[in-house]
Amino acid sequence: MPSNQTKLASLFAQAQAQIQLPSSGSAPMNSTSSSPVVAEPPTSSLGIINYTSGAATNNLSPEEIKKRSMQFAPISHPSHRYIPHHPKGQPLSDPVEEEPPLFFLLTTYISYLILIIFGHVRDFFGKRFKKEKYSHLIQQNGYAPLNSDFDSFYVRRLKARLDDCFSRPTIGVPGRYVTLLDRVTKDHCQTFSFTGTTTDCLNLSSYNYLGFAQSEGQCADAAEEVIRRYGTSSCSPRSVAGTSDLHIETEDLIARFVGKEAAMVFSMGYATNAAAFPSLVSKGCLIISDELNHASIRFGARLSGAVIKTFKHNDMADFEHLLREEISQGQPRTHRPWKKILVVVEGLYSMEGTMCNLPVLVALKKKYKYYLFVDEAHSVGAIGPNGRGVCDYFGIDPGEVDILMGTLTKSFGATGGYIAADKAIIDALKLANIGYVYAEPMSPPVLGQIEAALRTIIGEIVPGEGEERLQRLAFNSRYLRLGLKRLGFITYGHDDSPIIPLMLYAPAKMPAFSREMLKRKIAVVVVGYPATPLVASRVRFCVSASLNKDDLDTILRACDEMGDMLMLKFSSGTGMEHGEKPRWKVEDVIRKGVMDAKRDVL
Amino acid sequence: MAFHDTLVYINSTVESISAQFIRIPGSAIVLRYVRSSYQNDPMRSFLELCLFLFAVRYFLASKYSFAKKDFIKLSTKEVDDLVHEWTPEPLVAPLDEADQAEVDKIPVIVGISGPKVKLSTGKSVMNLASFNMLNLLGNDQIRERAIKTVRGYGVGACGPSGFYGTQDVHIQTEKDISNFLRVPASIIYAQALNTITSTIPAFAKRGDIIVADSAIGLAIQKGILISRSTIRWFQHNDMDDLERVLQQVHNDFKGQPLTRRFIVTEGLFENCGDIADLPKIIELKYKYKYRLILDESCSIGVLGKTGRGLTEYYNIPATEVDMIVGSLATTMCAGGGFCAGSEYVVSHQRISGNGYVFSAALPGYLAATASESISIMQSSPEIFAQLLANTRAFRAIIDKMNYMYSPSDPDSPLIHLQLNPEVLESRKIDDEDKFLQDVVDECIANGVLISRNKVVPSQEVFPVESTLKIMITTGLTKRETEKAAAVVKAAVSKVMSKVPKVKH
Repeated sequence: MPSNQTKLASLFAQAQAQIQLPSSGSAPMNSTSSSPVVAEPPTSSLGIINYTSGAATNNLSPEEIKKRSMQFAPISHPSHRYIPHHPKGQPLSDPVEEEPPLFFLLTTYISYLILIIFGHVRDFFGKRFKKEKYSHLIQQNGYAPLNSDFDSFYVRRLKARLDDCFSRPTIGVPGRYVTLLDRVTKDHCQTFSFTGTTTDCLNLSSYNYLGFAQSEGQCADAAEEVIRRYGTSSCSPRSVAGTSDLHIETEDLIARFVGKEAAMVFSMGYATNAAAFPSLVSKGCLIISDELNHASIRFGARLSGAVIKTFKHNDMADFEHLLREEISQGQPRTHRPWKKILVVVEGLYSMEGTMCNLPVLVALKKKYKYYLFVDEAHSVGAIGPNGRGVCDYFGIDPGEVDILMGTLTKSFGATGGYIAADKAIIDALKLANIGYVYAEPMSPPVLGQIEAALRTIIGEIVPGEGEERLQRLAFNSRYLRLGLKRLGFITYGHDDSPIIPLMLYAPAKMPAFSREMLKRKIAVVVVGYPATPLVASRVRFCVSASLNKDDLDTILRACDEMGDMLMLKFSSGTGMEHGEKPRWKVEDVIRKGVMDAKRDVL
Repeated sequence: MAFHDTLVYINSTVESISAQFIRIPGSAIVLRYVRSSYQNDPMRSFLELCLFLFAVRYFLASKYSFAKKDFIKLSTKEVDDLVHEWTPEPLVAPLDEADQAEVDKIPVIVGISGPKVKLSTGKSVMNLASFNMLNLLGNDQIRERAIKTVRGYGVGACGPSGFYGTQDVHIQTEKDISNFLRVPASIIYAQALNTITSTIPAFAKRGDIIVADSAIGLAIQKGILISRSTIRWFQHNDMDDLERVLQQVHNDFKGQPLTRRFIVTEGLFENCGDIADLPKIIELKYKYKYRLILDESCSIGVLGKTGRGLTEYYNIPATEVDMIVGSLATTMCAGGGFCAGSEYVVSHQRISGNGYVFSAALPGYLAATASESISIMQSSPEIFAQLLANTRAFRAIIDKMNYMYSPSDPDSPLIHLQLNPEVLESRKIDDEDKFLQDVVDECIANGVLISRNKVVPSQEVFPVESTLKIMITTGLTKRETEKAAAVVKAAVSKVMSKVPKVKH
């Protein structure tokens, strides 16, 4: 089992796997599965679903091979893999967060100032002279407007101008490439019309870390088999009559994967958090939450009725200070001791690319007796030598964390979420969790997809493939991040994180970056206020195992052009190791990247 | 001498500071300003100085000073001791025996949950505990469409709708839903339960007023709670009480700035199976200028001649309701939920609906499944007549029962059974839930799967009546449905026969 592998053993396995891989990039990666060297385990021992071997690639037509490589790229060279590791027991060091030059900060503020002034002036006159256009903001026939102009200011004045960069409709699988339906607007993004054509873009936007978004292969085969045998729904909440044997099998598998006694799956990741907190804490309890926790955590925490306090993102000193203060002061006004304290952090932060400092959190937990809830929405599958999340990455026993929550949308190409904990807790939640008692259960084909993906990662089916996916993701993440740093961009987050935010600062650079990248056939996600601090607009790259080095080089070249065009190469080099200076030539970055991305410190 | 030295020192310091000050660009202007204002109006200079000092104090003051009013300063050791002494409650209290038995009794279905299912105990039963009322779950047409979509799109959408998670299948399904309901637009969410919990706070904010039926389901309650609006309840389905509440709100908020006002209710109530009086509610909503949010999770695809829900049932255009929220996971056998309404209602949720913005989009194949289900409902409306016939057949038998009655509407295929009040008086029933669970177990033993109405009492605003929940399906023939009704009836009698009478 990969979980017990030492570094040496996995290096050995890696070397073995490389021998089996074709050295040229012509065949799709599924060819590893058809290798005669590794015997497949008997499928009958694996429970309900009959797994395919991911379909042999020997007798595929050229079109079929092309289709598959559009969803998952063949590896360019066997050396493009990496096994992430973290020195056991060591706390996580904070990544260097570079500040932009003052000039760019100032111009960013000025941009917003202009936006705010013009916006308000236009609102003022618009509401008086163009009533029909502003009808939804004006009181009429005794009805208050459905939306206040103040609440929706940034939406109308900022987001509406760059609406073409959001909600781009797609068709087909969001794999290595994502196919966009081309659209045009003639009224400044108010409405769009489809041109009828499509564009295949390299996909740096989907949460497809391990590349399981595929319409072929063992996962899709499993989903199809489940549709045939189970249909598409369970039509009843879990605790009423919506539990099938497949649900139970998948829950056992997830529990085994993350290293907990039991698990519970839900049909929506967001709702997993929304439903989790009311069943864990109530009035008289305290939730201590990282300030950058996801909206779903904040939503669930608010539903619970507990008091919520936040600490500065990943700042363990601030966290301990807050903890001491809260335990010693007790509940507000009455000073009664808190019933319990639940600390909520995310494994990997989706807007920052930072990981939580789990070693410190676990150490403090022993002293302060709080309960720890880790949201592994982005980290499960994507982090750790075996893809088992942050516990795996830091070498921490999952038993140290009380509740491991995660989503199945991101790494496994499925949807929904899970909660894993001790069996006693999960059993109690079966009566108390509103997601279990009221909501629709996870759709059976999704369970098929999850099972096939998990068993691939563990190595129970299609041996070698899961390992390849994990190691390619780790390599791709490090390679792209190093390249961007060397080109002179400011990036946030830890080196092993597959989420790479690249800082843009000025709001006008968001649409410029997105549109220019679209011209270069690369799909990216830009994020600005209110999802980030006002001045910290960024583009967020989500790296995937389905990309190969050639794709990443295409991306690096495009970013290099963009950096010059939009003046984005702000970096002073403080975030770089070995005394390197930023602003390399892109060809040098690409030439030296493979070797250097595998060094311990980037 | 020391005194003189000090004076010299002060003098030289002041001189060097003033020399430095003069070097600052613009300092001359400041000096001239202060000097002239002092000469002309010393009082003004004094006030300005006070203002300046106040500003300095204000900016230096701790931001949270008001929050720390009852902060008790403790030494490090005292804090350490308090930390050491503090013992938290367990994260989740362990279950007692009765609760553990309840958990163990959750039925597990082997294979598809169609109208007849096999339980993990090996028992084969008729399934009257599933929303598969139209028996679309096993439908080949839907199955093939789902498989085709998986083969074209994979399983998950791998991202929120805003970030490349919107697929053409979603756009098509939204069109199909709005065409089906004959409203301008609709938006789909990834989970039915989360839909209305997101829709309400997208529009209702602090200071707005929500008037809600006291029997609404949990998802609506949570949506109202999270919106932080002012909430007023009216008696379940009591239109006079609704009018009274509306009139009272009108009186209470007279002369205050106008805020948004909403009536929130359910079409077919999941917790009792009765139907809201829509014509009267619409009349009142216009009279008092409210907007209506109607949760049709249990009524769309169930009520009405062609399954278009409550509006069709009452023959009212769906556009009269401001927001219709429904489920794709009930009779449509897909997943997710939707909100239908005007273009603006929908587009606003695309940026403000929490569950839409922050969650991954619904898997493409589930959207396609919903489309296919809607098209089947439209092409074969006779299934609704069949559903109604089965419902009536079931009710014909069950309504003659001795100990229990149904508060549900006679047309509702979602049927609740509740113990008669006089039975509760004359019989020694300590735990109603336990009694009902015994009935459920007895039914399962006789080949009929039904369920108690399961809720989480600590999460509900008002206590929910203990009932049995039965859902009729067209997957069973009329004869089988009648047989099931007879089994339920017999089970109630049998369990009741074991309950002693109260001695007066």
